[in-house]
Amino acid sequence: MTLPPLPDSAIVLHDESIEWRAAVRAVGRALARSGATREGYTERMVGVLEEFGAYIVIAPGLALAHARPGPDVVRNGLAVVTLAEPVPFGHPHNDPVRVVVGLAVTGADEHVASVAGLANVFNERSAIERLAAASTIDEVREVFDGADRAPGRPAPAGEASA
Amino acid sequence: MRIVAVCGLGVGTSAILKANAERALDRLGLTADVDASDLAGIAAAAADAQVVLTSTELAGRVREALGRTWAEIIEVENYFDVDEIGRKLDASLG
Repeated sequence: MTLPPLPDSAIVLHDESIEWRAAVRAVGRALARSGATREGYTERMVGVLEEFGAYIVIAPGLALAHARPGPDVVRNGLAVVTLAEPVPFGHPHNDPVRVVVGLAVTGADEHVASVAGLANVFNERSAIERLAAASTIDEVREVFDGADRAPGRPAPAGEASA
Repeated sequence: MRIVAVCGLGVGTSAILKANAERALDRLGLTADVDASDLAGIAAAAADAQVVLTSTELAGRVREALGRTWAEIIEVENYFDVDEIGRKLDASLG
């Protein structure tokens, strides 16, 4: 299960957003800058929160911003925005958010596989803390790359969950 | 046995919940089919399900969408905490 690409242009450290819309828009800009999405996707991600609430804050400190596949998705992509100050998204347990991961995929099937791939990254308990504390793009990259070669975990061979 | 993981869109966070529910079941030595669904399709998806997994944020809307159901709705706080998911599944199924 392959994670969507995370180019350097999609990584933003210490963003100074102070409310959730700004934080989601920051990750939307990062996705657009990297070439994964076009204008429109960002506001669709904001719309998901407006419609369904802060359920995208799926773990303490981590929001997974995304929307359905659509014509404004150019290719699969990930983006990461770390926040200079934690931002409340309105989640009863997992607020405040320190890291926003943005996800765009072109089709629903890839979406499910890609998102499941994120479980490999974030099931590592230290991942969110390491991302929040990262001071270089390489440190962010290590958190994502490390999941593919975590000690003791065999390489996934077409298996949905290792 | 069938379990449905539900989120707003059915293509995002429910996929993580599905992957980690499968891991938790594996650790518990239980087997079940785990599917992902969006809120709009939950009534059909959960028709023969024993358990519906979702977030606290969505639980109210899931209950509303399901109406009368045999399925138990389990609220998961941390989608990456396989222990939490396992504990809650074990309490429900064990």
